[in-house]
Amino acid sequence: MMTEGMVRERDLAGLSPTAHVIDTDVHATLPSVEALLQYLPEQWREYVSLWGSTYFFRPSQISYPPGAPTSRRPTIDPNSTGSTASGLAALRRDVLDSWDVSHAIVSCPYFVDMFHNPYVGEAMAMAANDWLLAEWLDPEPRLRGSIIVPASQPAMAVREIERVGGHPGVVQVVLPVRSARPYGNAIYHPIFEAAAAQGLVVGLHHGGWPGNAPTGVGWPSFYIEEWVGRAAHFQSQLMSLITEGVFARVPDLRVALIEAGWSWLPAFLWRFDKDWKGLRRETPWVDRLPSAYVRDHVKLTLQPYDGPSERRHLELLYNQLDSDELLMFSTDYPHWQYDDPADAIPPGLTDDALTKLLYLTAREFYRLEDA
Amino acid sequence: MDIQAIPRLNKESSRHTKLVDCDVHVAPVAADSIAAYLPQRWRHHNARFYRTYQGDFYPRRSEYGERFDAWPPSGLRPGADLDFLRKQHLDAWGIDIAVITPITHPSNQANLEFSAALARAMNEWQLEVWLEREPRLRGSILVPTEDPEAAATEIERWAHDHRFVQIYLYAGTLEPIGRRRYWKLFEAAESNRLPVAMHFGAAGPHAPTGAGFPSFYLEDHAGASTMFQDQVTSLAFEGVFVAFPNLDFVLIEGGFAWLAPLMWRLDAAWRKLGGEVPHVDRPPSELLREHLWYTTQPMEEPPNPQHFSAILEQLGGDERLMFASDYPHWDFDAPDSALPTSVTPESRRRIMGANACRLYGLELCTDSKGNG
Repeated sequence: MMTEGMVRERDLAGLSPTAHVIDTDVHATLPSVEALLQYLPEQWREYVSLWGSTYFFRPSQISYPPGAPTSRRPTIDPNSTGSTASGLAALRRDVLDSWDVSHAIVSCPYFVDMFHNPYVGEAMAMAANDWLLAEWLDPEPRLRGSIIVPASQPAMAVREIERVGGHPGVVQVVLPVRSARPYGNAIYHPIFEAAAAQGLVVGLHHGGWPGNAPTGVGWPSFYIEEWVGRAAHFQSQLMSLITEGVFARVPDLRVALIEAGWSWLPAFLWRFDKDWKGLRRETPWVDRLPSAYVRDHVKLTLQPYDGPSERRHLELLYNQLDSDELLMFSTDYPHWQYDDPADAIPPGLTDDALTKLLYLTAREFYRLEDA
Repeated sequence: MDIQAIPRLNKESSRHTKLVDCDVHVAPVAADSIAAYLPQRWRHHNARFYRTYQGDFYPRRSEYGERFDAWPPSGLRPGADLDFLRKQHLDAWGIDIAVITPITHPSNQANLEFSAALARAMNEWQLEVWLEREPRLRGSILVPTEDPEAAATEIERWAHDHRFVQIYLYAGTLEPIGRRRYWKLFEAAESNRLPVAMHFGAAGPHAPTGAGFPSFYLEDHAGASTMFQDQVTSLAFEGVFVAFPNLDFVLIEGGFAWLAPLMWRLDAAWRKLGGEVPHVDRPPSELLREHLWYTTQPMEEPPNPQHFSAILEQLGGDERLMFASDYPHWDFDAPDSALPTSVTPESRRRIMGANACRLYGLELCTDSKGNG
């Protein structure tokens, strides 16, 4: 199955007018908490070892239940956590070598805000970043890294951005899309300022467990609701960033919405633009249509695809997006989003749009050197 | 602008078009008007302890979010003066039927017994002050949403009176609306053939988003569709429409352009994760297309009118969309300009009245041949 898949993937890349692909969302799967121990200072190494690693592993599992079909491709054994080295080997085999990937943006969605103890959260974020740099970015030159931060503790987050944000392989700070307050709130502004000062993109990424209910109407019953409902989180966060004037305050800020889906974007912007016209006196610093901020500052990753299965409706959706520079190709590896690699990219894109999707938009957005 | 003097709808050329407004807000003439309908025990409670625990605590652009020109000469608040409502809204636009939606919801009370008493009082008030005095009005049965058994009792109390055409909830419930605890309410709705309508607004105390409280009314207002998205997701995956195959559900003042994308997203999730919800035995979009209805205001407005036609096509047609003005609120949509000019006359006929006639069983739309 894998061999057949690889052939199909090569064929697909061959169809595109460019040989190059940038995969804007792949994951460094944390095999176990033990993988981080050597990056922890003595105090926390002892704490984690003695107090039990199960607790410290939860952030990497809570948003992606290990057995859920979406969490791992069918080819990956859900019972084997493997090692960091085997994870990197699989990433090379399934993504980097099978497509003509010039760069892949890798993140470890180990969102430490789940820890009620912010000091351990900070220590674990630092360890996870050092692990990512040493065991993924250093051995694999095609990878570019996303660092994680204790987002609910902005002072700590800024310290971490300043500590590792200058590493040449780091291109992005990821924040979990779920938070206790929307990210446009003034308490978070230093995070965006620090990221922009280091030339980093801020990526909002599916996940996070801040303790508050994931909807405005309390706790849903099912994981499938959370999977669908994350699109609403991205909408609330994007609305907050624009309304609070984060882009006005940090004019060179770039924000990536990762695993957000994107079919919701046109309807969201129509409503937001319309309401801004009627209510803009409440937020005078928002001096343009909200959609203008999105076009200037925001990109979205392609997978998980949440568009229509009817071709005609998809063509209408492309028109409604009104831009072929919003989406960036992603596989979301090793999460399972499609069976057949030929389905990784929705049909009907022009050659020009496909080139932008696969390569050009991400290269410019993440300021990557030409392949 | 003296809008009541300029009825812009040409009734001659559109005499076959019935105009049904699915969201007209009415208010009590005075703070204690509703209290007069409460039994003594709750009248005392109301006088001493009344407060709400609503989470959507934002100033609304104007006092109560009203249109500045909707304050009646009588000095009453907008929506409280029936004569002025007739003159400025029903007569001026030639509205055949208006479904009234009271401006507060009894579920804004944490005390469930009081919530139930308040619901009953507001329904009695609706009947006496509005429905009995103006035949063009239809009522919405208010229920104590968070006590579904009491809600079912309230539904039974009014179901025989055909001037009440729906059961009325606010979108901001304590738990996602598809959860089992609300099924008694759906059972009563279905057995009485009454649609359940959900209107913008937080009755309960939650933050309006899954990411906590935003800072601005703009976010509360424009972001309301996220709450509706979460509620529709709950209805789909809890299997409400599998369990209640004859239940109609109406979304009021939540927008609707997000619905087709949500249905794609629900289907995408169901294809992968449907094993978690085996009781949902069909693609969720199929169920939603059969059970959901939605109203126009506040309409998403694509700058390109063709994109609006595309929304209707993506939704699978124009047979579930119903005109609503949201009178007398600031974001009111006028009947003559609510829809883009690109909408065809036949489509306009459906959206402006025929669809509501079908849903609510209104007789005015039935022609001599019995066609709706």
